[in-house]
Amino acid sequence: MNILVCVSNVPDTTTKVKFSGTQLETDGVQWIINPWDELALTRALELKESGAGIEKITVVTVGLIGVEPTIRKALAIGADNAFRVDTEPKDAFYTASQLAEVAKAGSYDLIMTGFESADYNGIAIGAMLSEILGFASVGAVSGINVVDGQLQIDREIDGGKEILAVETPVVVSVQKGIAINPRIPAMRGIMMARQKPLVVLPPVATDVLTEIVEIELPKSKAAVKMFDAEDVLGLIGALKNEAHVI
Amino acid sequence: MSVLVYIENWDGKFKKSTFELLSYGKKIAGDMSVPMFALSLGEVSNDTLDTLKLYGPEKIYSATQGFDHMDNEVFASAISQAAEQVGATMVLFAQNNEGNAIAGRVAARLKAGMVAAVSSLPVSYDPFVIKKKIYTNKVFGHVKVNTNTKVLSLSKNTFEVIENPASSEILTMELSLPAAKTKVTKVDRVTGKLLLTDAELVVSAGRGLKGPENWGMIEELAQVLGAATGCSRPVSDEGWRPHTEHIGQTGKVIAPNLYLAIGISGAIQHVGGISSSKCIVAINKDPDAPIFEVADYGIVGDAFKVIPDLIAALKQG
Repeated sequence: MNILVCVSNVPDTTTKVKFSGTQLETDGVQWIINPWDELALTRALELKESGAGIEKITVVTVGLIGVEPTIRKALAIGADNAFRVDTEPKDAFYTASQLAEVAKAGSYDLIMTGFESADYNGIAIGAMLSEILGFASVGAVSGINVVDGQLQIDREIDGGKEILAVETPVVVSVQKGIAINPRIPAMRGIMMARQKPLVVLPPVATDVLTEIVEIELPKSKAAVKMFDAEDVLGLIGALKNEAHVI
Repeated sequence: MSVLVYIENWDGKFKKSTFELLSYGKKIAGDMSVPMFALSLGEVSNDTLDTLKLYGPEKIYSATQGFDHMDNEVFASAISQAAEQVGATMVLFAQNNEGNAIAGRVAARLKAGMVAAVSSLPVSYDPFVIKKKIYTNKVFGHVKVNTNTKVLSLSKNTFEVIENPASSEILTMELSLPAAKTKVTKVDRVTGKLLLTDAELVVSAGRGLKGPENWGMIEELAQVLGAATGCSRPVSDEGWRPHTEHIGQTGKVIAPNLYLAIGISGAIQHVGGISSSKCIVAINKDPDAPIFEVADYGIVGDAFKVIPDLIAALKQG
């Protein structure tokens, strides 16, 4: 079984984002693998190590040369090979279309994406990718196992989970729970990553369906109203009569 | 031209988010001077479908066969066909697990620009521009959609339910469905529990609680208030609470009316998950905890003293 993990390069989640126009100011920004993509890759590596019959784990990203440290990190923690589509990820459909070209050119049984990215929170890539490819898809995936060579996928539902059997190839959008601890690259992994294939591909022409035309800062919040630790009645009164929430 | 609202059901029932979405759709349809249609997939009784009339759809379409489990491809195919049959230029979803899984497929199939997790009406219709929160609630992006057909998903508890009664006809929609490639082999579910993502009140606690054995008072407070329970990331990472309770950027992003944060310092990733709450209360022994910067009300104090006092006071009414 071959796995393709789609990863995107996002600012570290602690970043205080600043913009000039609609462009993120990148000075001092630490870039990371999108947290859910990292968990997807972590689970793929766990499956491979557990002897579940995974032959190869490929990672793919859409981005200009500046994202290469992120894809190298994915190789350093254990992916076998990588593709980078050399273009800005302009919007979800554009990006999914680029990923679809890479997926079509290979033979992948399982394609993994994070359920959203920590930058634009578009919640679209996995679903769009599966539709473009005509593959099955499962969202809200919180577990993946291989049982007797067959994929068994846990999907979170209200109040619990469902276990699904799926025909491959399948695209999954993963969330919290799929894996717990992301890997930290070791020196040996970093050295080995330099030898692993990272193929740069040209983009395919695709329409851009949406674009961000303005950034608006949220309104600043009124100062917190404090109550003394002894005055829980004061707090309850405010919640009842001022905020009207209880 | 029309607005098509996809109506999800939970064991044949609707939720408040269904009516929020219809109210939102009705407003947009009015602004665009086009009709709004509702589409329900799966087994829903006519009596239940009747409840949708209160929110003003022109027609209610229903298809019942072939939707016994959520196969994304089957549902996306059905909704896309319906969109074409009613000439929809706007397809609306509730932003939740199902909306997340299907909206992107429908958008790709219709080649429609999609904006997920919107929380307000469009800024303008021509050009079509709508706001959405990006960088997990840190800023708003104004997103321009370049396509004639648009797909949006609406965040919960962000648009008020507005009644707009209509004498809508209920019609059966004929659809041709692909074979499902997925099969549910097991369901593991607790019913009747208040869900974190549905709850209007949420009581949440962090590392300040010191250990899982101290969650009794959190659960009691939640019970007294009729709230769901949540937690911070370290708490779920430590296994003190299930990961489904983790609130924050990489866990659940919620928008309740009241969020009560107990012993949670308020790391930026946690704040991202709660900043859409209508009212935030922080109880923390550290007066410099960043949670107080985003809270509406606060108490500096020891949770092990304040929470029992709060429970006792609430119980007395």
